[in-house]
Amino acid sequence: MPTLTPPPPVYTPEKKEQKPRTPQGPGSGGKPPYRKRTGGGGDGESWDGKGGRGPGERLRRTRPALIFFLIGDAMFFFSLVVVFLVEKGAYHVDHGIVVNTWHAIPIPSILWLNTAVLLLSSVTMELARRSIFHEQHVMDEWLGLGKPAARQALPWLLATAVLGILFLAGQWTAWMQLGMRRGYEAAYQNASLSHASFNLFTGFHAAHLAVGILGLSACLGVLLFARRVETRQVWLDTTAWYWHCMGLFWIGLFALPVGKPAPPRPRRPEAFISLMIHSGPFSAAMRAAL
Amino acid sequence: MQNLAMAAQWWLPQDAALHGPALDHQLLLNLWIALALLVLAHVLLFAGLLLRGKKLREIPLVWKIVPLVVLTVLFTWLTVKSEGLWADARIAGADPSAMQVEVTGVQFAWYFRYPGTDAAFGETRAALVDAGGGNPLGIDPADAHGADDVVSSELVLPAGREVDLRLRSLDVMHGFFVPEMRLKQNAVPGSVLHVHFTPAKPGTYAILCSQLCGLGHYRMQATMRVLPQSEFDAWLAEKARAHETR
Amino acid sequence: MRLAEALASWSWWRRNVFTTDYRVVGRLYLLLALKAVAIGTILSMFMRIHLAWPNARLPFWGVMKPEEYLALLTMHGTMMIFFVLTVAPQMGFACLIAPAQIGAKRLSFPRIHAAGFWIIAASFVVLLLAAFVPGGAPISGWTSYPPLSAIAAAGPGQAMGMDLWLVSIALFCVGAVLGGVSLLTTIICERCEGMTWGRLPLTVWSWLTGALLTVLAFSVLFDAAVLLLCDRHAGTSFFVPASGVINGMLVNARGHDGSPLLWLHLFWFFGHPVVYIAVLPGMGLASMLLAGFSRRRVPGYRTMIATTLAIGLLGILLWGHHMFVAGLNPFASSIFAVTTMAIALPSAIKVMSWLVTVWRAPAAMKPRPVPMLWMLGFVSFFIAGGLTGPILAQPILDSYLHNTFFVVAHFHLIMAMAGVFSLFGATYYWFPLMTGRMMNERLGRWHFWLTIVAAYSTFLPMHLTGLAGEPRQYAQLTGIPGPAGALLARLQPMQIHVTVSAFVLIAAQVLFLVNLWRSTWSGEVAPENPWEATTLEWAPAGEDLRVVRGPCEYGEEGLSYPQWEQLVQQPLDGPE
Repeated sequence: MPTLTPPPPVYTPEKKEQKPRTPQGPGSGGKPPYRKRTGGGGDGESWDGKGGRGPGERLRRTRPALIFFLIGDAMFFFSLVVVFLVEKGAYHVDHGIVVNTWHAIPIPSILWLNTAVLLLSSVTMELARRSIFHEQHVMDEWLGLGKPAARQALPWLLATAVLGILFLAGQWTAWMQLGMRRGYEAAYQNASLSHASFNLFTGFHAAHLAVGILGLSACLGVLLFARRVETRQVWLDTTAWYWHCMGLFWIGLFALPVGKPAPPRPRRPEAFISLMIHSGPFSAAMRAAL
Repeated sequence: MQNLAMAAQWWLPQDAALHGPALDHQLLLNLWIALALLVLAHVLLFAGLLLRGKKLREIPLVWKIVPLVVLTVLFTWLTVKSEGLWADARIAGADPSAMQVEVTGVQFAWYFRYPGTDAAFGETRAALVDAGGGNPLGIDPADAHGADDVVSSELVLPAGREVDLRLRSLDVMHGFFVPEMRLKQNAVPGSVLHVHFTPAKPGTYAILCSQLCGLGHYRMQATMRVLPQSEFDAWLAEKARAHETR
Repeated sequence: MRLAEALASWSWWRRNVFTTDYRVVGRLYLLLALKAVAIGTILSMFMRIHLAWPNARLPFWGVMKPEEYLALLTMHGTMMIFFVLTVAPQMGFACLIAPAQIGAKRLSFPRIHAAGFWIIAASFVVLLLAAFVPGGAPISGWTSYPPLSAIAAAGPGQAMGMDLWLVSIALFCVGAVLGGVSLLTTIICERCEGMTWGRLPLTVWSWLTGALLTVLAFSVLFDAAVLLLCDRHAGTSFFVPASGVINGMLVNARGHDGSPLLWLHLFWFFGHPVVYIAVLPGMGLASMLLAGFSRRRVPGYRTMIATTLAIGLLGILLWGHHMFVAGLNPFASSIFAVTTMAIALPSAIKVMSWLVTVWRAPAAMKPRPVPMLWMLGFVSFFIAGGLTGPILAQPILDSYLHNTFFVVAHFHLIMAMAGVFSLFGATYYWFPLMTGRMMNERLGRWHFWLTIVAAYSTFLPMHLTGLAGEPRQYAQLTGIPGPAGALLARLQPMQIHVTVSAFVLIAAQVLFLVNLWRSTWSGEVAPENPWEATTLEWAPAGEDLRVVRGPCEYGEEGLSYPQWEQLVQQPLDGPE
């Protein structure tokens, strides 16, 4: 007798329905689900006779996965924070004096701008996410009236992506301002634990955000090319919650006293003019004129 | 009961510290209880498996609650007793008149430093460590307190006097373990950890390293010699003299 | 298809290796664990030979050097704890059985789950590579405390070997978290009709708790590994203190205060839950199998669920008991002592439940099937190893017993032996599901009895040598001068006994391998539900099922009421 269970079938990823590229029939976003067997309630009743759970099944599957992954991620960031807090207070005794070698680095003030940008991007992300669930738009799509949900969401999605890239650019500027150069030397710029903590926090957060931006790009593709409403909802919803969490993590990290606020840069507008006056050709011309 | 306890002590090394017998008593109590519970559980297991019942009977709740309550009370009692011993050993600090000795672990040896007549340890700096040149601990010559410090590679202590050990390490984590004194504490680099005890019986005892520290971990040993007070004073005076004439 | 032809055809590889089918991925995990346990056992064999006869000249090796012993020790611990005791129960069997036991038609995220396996396989390869680089494998133990593990000059193998070890661990963490997330989502979202939380088999509850612990604990280990790699290569000093001298060189001359204790906290925050990840599935399986083979209900089903969750929760709160003498604040030690003692209570409830389950069961299967024997062995080892837990939980006693062979005995009994016995039980039990054949009964019984006797003979004496003061991780006990040498040399005869016992124990496992091989190809063909089990993995395949009761429901004379009931097919209305 062969194995009890039939030979394991090869799992092929969901083949898209063998439809031609041009939509046929009513509803460019796929027909609305209607195969529910009515009659009787019951726990977990099958939606379509095949164990499906109806619309929102994929979403209900993806959300817990994202939550658990983010819990793990939060533990990772949390342990980074714990390390930072311990190191900040660490000391040794030298000749009877308690020595704490924590030298707080000046935090570039562009980080405030970056925070504002990130929070704004969360707002735009949430707007994009909500528009994909707007019931009226979903119905319109099923009825073949185009893809209004996608059209609504697209600009907000692009705005989020742009803001995210701006954030990363701002982080890069902050690293440049702290004297980091690209490449090999960067690793050895950790001249102090404060600097190292700053680099670790911002570095890991930026890496997470970069993944988020990749996700946004994927969402863009999905919005434009995916045929099922459900697919777009799942992608956008997942990326949106991930994005919000990264914003929350950033606020948590930013609130920590990793460094000290940078002293305000002296505002000397006349410095620019004096630079111009004393620079070569201009000063030569001035001297000639005078 | 006393005889059983003594029989079980065949494997435990002798008790040479003041807190040793109390610790041994708690340990043996726990061991006997564990053994009794082990035997009881296995007897129940075998009985349940080998004795066939006629009908399936639901075990009444009392047979589940009572053992649980008994175990809870038992473990609570053991915990309270042990916390008392722990508080005496570690939470209570050393007596102010305890003798101070510094223990330093390096890969793969122990050094012991006595503070000398000024009762103060001299400062040490890692940059000055030079075992070959006679300064294995890096005592700073600029510090006056270090001039009379006596460094030894065996730990000699007077019997009956409480001693407060300052544990240090120069490189990696080591474990200062004296089985016959029932004493163990890690030496963590970057920290000075204190542990105090009172050696009671004169004799020669083994000091072992109990925290993996590298390839010589199994060879990182030293000797503790406990002497009557007068002999200890003589030893220390001799060492101080030898140190001065260097 | 003959094996050679099969291996040459791509479709065989596509179906049996590069697939996302959960049954195959589960099998792949188990095969990985089998390789790991074979390697880990061989390493321990060499360790035992060296401890018993330190000056023996081994063929192709010569006399073993102390650092080689420590390298063996490190790789043995890492291999066993990660690649056997985490992979097999929490990943292999969970992947293989959990979806079937909840009636799922598919995993929630088959590709993520498969990706988790491949990352862990990569981690395995990287770990093995550590043994072949210049300097060899690391020597800092599976716990790799800094500064020994942070400074390449601190010992042989601490350079590239240590780096590879850290990379391997980091990869393992990623793979474990992916697998854990996928398993959690599957259990939550893919349960079939009627499978409520109260009817979920205890094995699935254990895997759920284990997956939660995985997500929480392995993330912290990942962080610790990354930080240690930064210390080693990026000039930071999270774990290396302000100044030290190693091999005549000043370390961390920059003077930043790192804390080796920080590593201990991070590592043990992971290191304690991982042992519960290793043993919880066994506990769940014990409840189910003992009830199933005794033909009676699990006494106090909801209590068992609650104790599983309680053990998982408490397991996160007691990591400090590994650090009582490591420099931890004595007040903190007291708190950890209380939480550690507290976990004895749900464990005791579980043990009592098992004893009650088998108590004079009239309809029990006789002669007792081999999986039942293994689970009884699990119970025995769990009790034996678990009873020394409260002893080690008391800081004053741990201040004598820490890092002695007493601890080695404790964790080998409760983790290695109990854990491995539950794995053997699971293998014998679910073998018909995996291959359609039964394993040989006689070989199974011989395997069991030889193993349990040899295991007790190997590990019980270690308690005595530990009480005598023998520290662990010592490359040898002889040839040491002074009173230390006398103390240690006294224990040499007992260690020789342990080694001889270990040989017998290892030899007994050959029976298992032979049984496994022969039964796979020519074992007795299995009936549909050979154990008359009630859980869903034994339900007839290919039919729509609904769950109508909890597991392990038995009636008079041991009549078994399976969990499932066939759904009556209704014709679908409507087009398509």
